[in-house]
Amino acid sequence: MQLSREEEDALDGKHGEAMATAYRILLAIGNAMDADRLVPVRWAHISGVNYNTIGDAGLAFLEEMSRDAEANNTRVRVMSTLNPMGYDPVKGYHDERFVERQERIRRAYERMGVVVVGSYTCIPYEVFPIPARGEHVCFAESNAAIYANSILGLVTNKESALSALASALTGKAPYSGLRIEEARRPSTMVDVKHEVKDELDAALLGYFAGRIGEQCISFRLRSSSYLGRDGTARINAKALCSALGTSGSAGMFMVYDALHLDQARNRVEYTEMDARMVREELSDEEGGDVIVFGSPQLGLYELSMLAEMIGGRRFRKRCMVFCARRVYEEARRIGYIDAIEHAGGEVYSDCCSCLTPLISRNDVDSVITNSVKAAYYLRNWNRVGVCLKSMREIVRDECI
Amino acid sequence: MNAFRYSIPCKGIVKGYAEGHALVSREPINLLSIDAQGRINDSTHTLNGRSVSGTILVFPNAVGSSVGAYRLYAAKVNGNAPRAVVCARADIITASACAISNIPLVECNEHYGRLIELCSKDNGYGDGGDDGVVIAVDATNALITIGK
Repeated sequence: MQLSREEEDALDGKHGEAMATAYRILLAIGNAMDADRLVPVRWAHISGVNYNTIGDAGLAFLEEMSRDAEANNTRVRVMSTLNPMGYDPVKGYHDERFVERQERIRRAYERMGVVVVGSYTCIPYEVFPIPARGEHVCFAESNAAIYANSILGLVTNKESALSALASALTGKAPYSGLRIEEARRPSTMVDVKHEVKDELDAALLGYFAGRIGEQCISFRLRSSSYLGRDGTARINAKALCSALGTSGSAGMFMVYDALHLDQARNRVEYTEMDARMVREELSDEEGGDVIVFGSPQLGLYELSMLAEMIGGRRFRKRCMVFCARRVYEEARRIGYIDAIEHAGGEVYSDCCSCLTPLISRNDVDSVITNSVKAAYYLRNWNRVGVCLKSMREIVRDECI
Repeated sequence: MNAFRYSIPCKGIVKGYAEGHALVSREPINLLSIDAQGRINDSTHTLNGRSVSGTILVFPNAVGSSVGAYRLYAAKVNGNAPRAVVCARADIITASACAISNIPLVECNEHYGRLIELCSKDNGYGDGGDDGVVIAVDATNALITIGK
């Protein structure tokens, strides 16, 4: 990869160790992905925020980076936002040690100039202003990266926590992978024979596709209106993006209807049997102790749907709902939060169901959720049993 | 060095040299599943419960969580990282993790199949951890050598 004189100087430590580390990360990625140069990005969305996942080593790394950045007057060069943290700071968390560490992570990012107020979201595309189509961004959260490429027409790779941090500090990313136009053509086509009716169907399809395709995948659907930017199509798209990001390395999808001729080299059929097999792999319980909505965090439309489905009834068991802080404030104003709380639901912001210490095997044996990503992480990380159902099925079975 | 029997060309991503027993995965790894002790905790993975500590970790590429990079770094800080990493195709998560952890990283693309075949052929179980085939990774000179 060719670096400019200025970039070489930064790599050599002329602007301090934090900036040198950022360039070292970008150089390794550039070498790995055969990039010939760095290109400017408009926005970096950084993961590696939750103390539960990055631990003491990650905290020490971020504190060292932020101290060095401060000493050298280095701040992020582009708008930089954060993925969820471990718990809801307004509701608080009982583990003081965890809280103290999480607070230090916040301060480290803040010192580097990252947006911390109203951030902590895995759906930055529903919280912050969206740049124009074709702009390069750097999104580490996988559902957000896939959504940005596939639905918003933005350009990003499925970044890592560290590449997003490096791009935040430098304002640049290696010109590689999905940043190159030719890679944004589907190499694998999934011929979807099974109807995608709701967000769970979309997520099962995404999980299946992640296992078989790379880079850009196309879906041939009975009707292309199931996945999109508005209403229920957006909810389905979010679910598909998060499941696709969980099981594989693909960072983009396209949707064709049955009339389109698809040029993809590999073709795979997706049938009702495939959907059932994915569901059985991830869902090992008939029911659960706790209902979990979120991952990705719910947006305003999902909260309105949930409030409407509940229709004044109450949940028979504990129900945890995760949404973005700014979405929460808006939903509180409109009345959706009141409706969910009236049903016994607990609504959490700034955190999400994946990798939160709020759901642990010590308190919970099994959860009911509509999120394939939550199912994957709750089973494999939190080691709890999972029952997968759509939001409509959950409300039907668990509200009285 | 000349005690190694086979050699395979590769591309050096993060420079350095290391030798060790190969721990081979035919499936991608979600690096988030690696804990600070270097153990893989993923009930869906064939290497579930195995430790990457002190091995030459051989896997096609990373999948899943973008935070995985921090997990490999944490294993390094705690002295439990692999001595080197070999990928079929190095990805953003693995490359960034190895860059901050100073773990030599190479990718061997079309030679990956032959590499894991050689790792298995010598003793019948290339996935054997401490019992696995000894390989040497020279990221600086872009060469992997196998089988002492």
